[in-house]
Amino acid sequence: MIEYQDVTIAYDPDKEPVVTSVSLRAERGSVTAVVGPNGSGKSTLVRALLGRVPLLSGRILIDGVDVDVIGRRELARRCAVVTQREDTTFARETSEYIALGRFPSTGSWGAAASGDSEAVIAAAKRARVEHLLGRMTDELSGGEWQRVRIARALAQGGEALVLDEPTSFLDVGHEMQIFQLAAALAEAGSAVLLVSHQLNLVARFATSMVLLHKGSVVATGSPDTVMRGELLERVYDWPLVVTRDPAVNAPMLVPLRRTI
Amino acid sequence: MIAHRTWHWWAGVLALAAVCLLGVALGTVPISLADLIAALTSSATPAVHSIVVTLRLPRVALAALVGIALGTSGATLQATLRNPLAEPYLLGVSGGAAVGAVAAMMLGASSALWPLLAFIGAGVAVMLAIGVARGAGRSGHTDVRVLLMAGVVVGAFANAVIMILLANVPASTIRGALWWMMGSVADTTWFTVAWLGAYVLAGVAYLVWYAPEIDILTLGEDSAAGLGVDVKRATRRAFLASALLAAATVAAAGLIGFVGLVVPHMARAFGLTRQRGVLAGCAIIGAMLVVASDLLARVVIPPSELPLGAVTAVLGVPFFLIQLRRMR
Repeated sequence: MIEYQDVTIAYDPDKEPVVTSVSLRAERGSVTAVVGPNGSGKSTLVRALLGRVPLLSGRILIDGVDVDVIGRRELARRCAVVTQREDTTFARETSEYIALGRFPSTGSWGAAASGDSEAVIAAAKRARVEHLLGRMTDELSGGEWQRVRIARALAQGGEALVLDEPTSFLDVGHEMQIFQLAAALAEAGSAVLLVSHQLNLVARFATSMVLLHKGSVVATGSPDTVMRGELLERVYDWPLVVTRDPAVNAPMLVPLRRTI
Repeated sequence: MIAHRTWHWWAGVLALAAVCLLGVALGTVPISLADLIAALTSSATPAVHSIVVTLRLPRVALAALVGIALGTSGATLQATLRNPLAEPYLLGVSGGAAVGAVAAMMLGASSALWPLLAFIGAGVAVMLAIGVARGAGRSGHTDVRVLLMAGVVVGAFANAVIMILLANVPASTIRGALWWMMGSVADTTWFTVAWLGAYVLAGVAYLVWYAPEIDILTLGEDSAAGLGVDVKRATRRAFLASALLAAATVAAAGLIGFVGLVVPHMARAFGLTRQRGVLAGCAIIGAMLVVASDLLARVVIPPSELPLGAVTAVLGVPFFLIQLRRMR
């Protein structure tokens, strides 16, 4: 379980905080989605979990333990993060890439421990990328690359997974694959925290949603409670209606045209 | 890129041994294999023994050590900075070392002290670059791009200092400084080989130990943090270790350009991707490149010698151009 308790973050202590008193909780067995406009603080929350920005106040807990107390390695064993972007200057074989996820467990010297190749194959299976194991990472398509990155995160072995805008550059088919994968992983017992701009897909797949606006939580709960027309209209500053999608009857946002 | 095969390692080690053997055998006075073995078992004539044991062997050994150090240093920096164009000399190492050496020459320090002062100069330059980068970065956070630029700035400043220092010195000092700046492993002693050997052994062992962490750093800072790496510390550690390793080679043999840049590309062209494999490949290829370059430097127009740094560049440039063509 990933839990943010009353978290406030400022990049510059003299300026306004970018995240103010955010509390949220991603339980095991469910997909918890964090949504909100650009600059609402979603990615800052992820960076804070990674220890890349200090908290001004509040705390972040993994399975009830403060992340500052567990230490980075242990945190990486319990909770894996698929960041928004990743550097791909040096390509490597997919299996070797996924094996990097074993680093928190094996450290600098035990890299070739026997159970590890099994862990890599198991992670590849869970992310449905076994068929890509022999390929080089720079030969993968955008959708394959994102699933391979998720496989690397799964190889870390934790029960908590954070996906930061995992479908940014993907077409609808690949996007669906990622969302279904996230839902399947949650169903298998993981706590999945998903940061996304895809409100409609989030409304279909997430168990609960957290809507951020200017660094604060403005709504939280089931997709039905968060996906309210007047609320989203105010947060996104654009006219829209919320209806039901014809396939699974989940709440669905339809943006309208505005005279400019 | 060639698919990686286990026999490549054996072929590499054999090729290196062959190049080293040629390095000892060829020169103004050619030495036959029989004489070479005789010299090593100390049953040769004093002249042959002296050429092999006091001239050629330490020279070849020093060249190999310089190649190992520059190759592994370059591989570490390229991975850490996630930049295939990074190389140890970019970090102000060469400039700082040159300032130290030129200052030593001007002060009339004995030539035994030049390496020490060159090393101190390089160390100061690296610290300066890290300091500049930390000062410029947001809240003590070291950005790799800032680090690279800080190195370039420190290097440019060092060049300015060298030009000012050399503006008012006798021609002989300029010639000495220039010779040193062009790199050479000639006239080396077993003492130099011993201290550089110990230094390279320690430095390379350190880089090999931390290689899996460097693998993680290639993913970028956020992803590396997510895998439990203390990004700031790991970056600084890799940076410092590889810079000091390069500084030691500069102290022992002057500036030998292009090795740190091109050798990691050669190793990766053999399909090596894991940092430990890349380091091992760089050690073999780096040693081979510098030993072969030194051999060429002294057999092309005997008895005079070409500057070693120029030969490594001449050998490295064609390979680099081929690599560039392959990049889209």
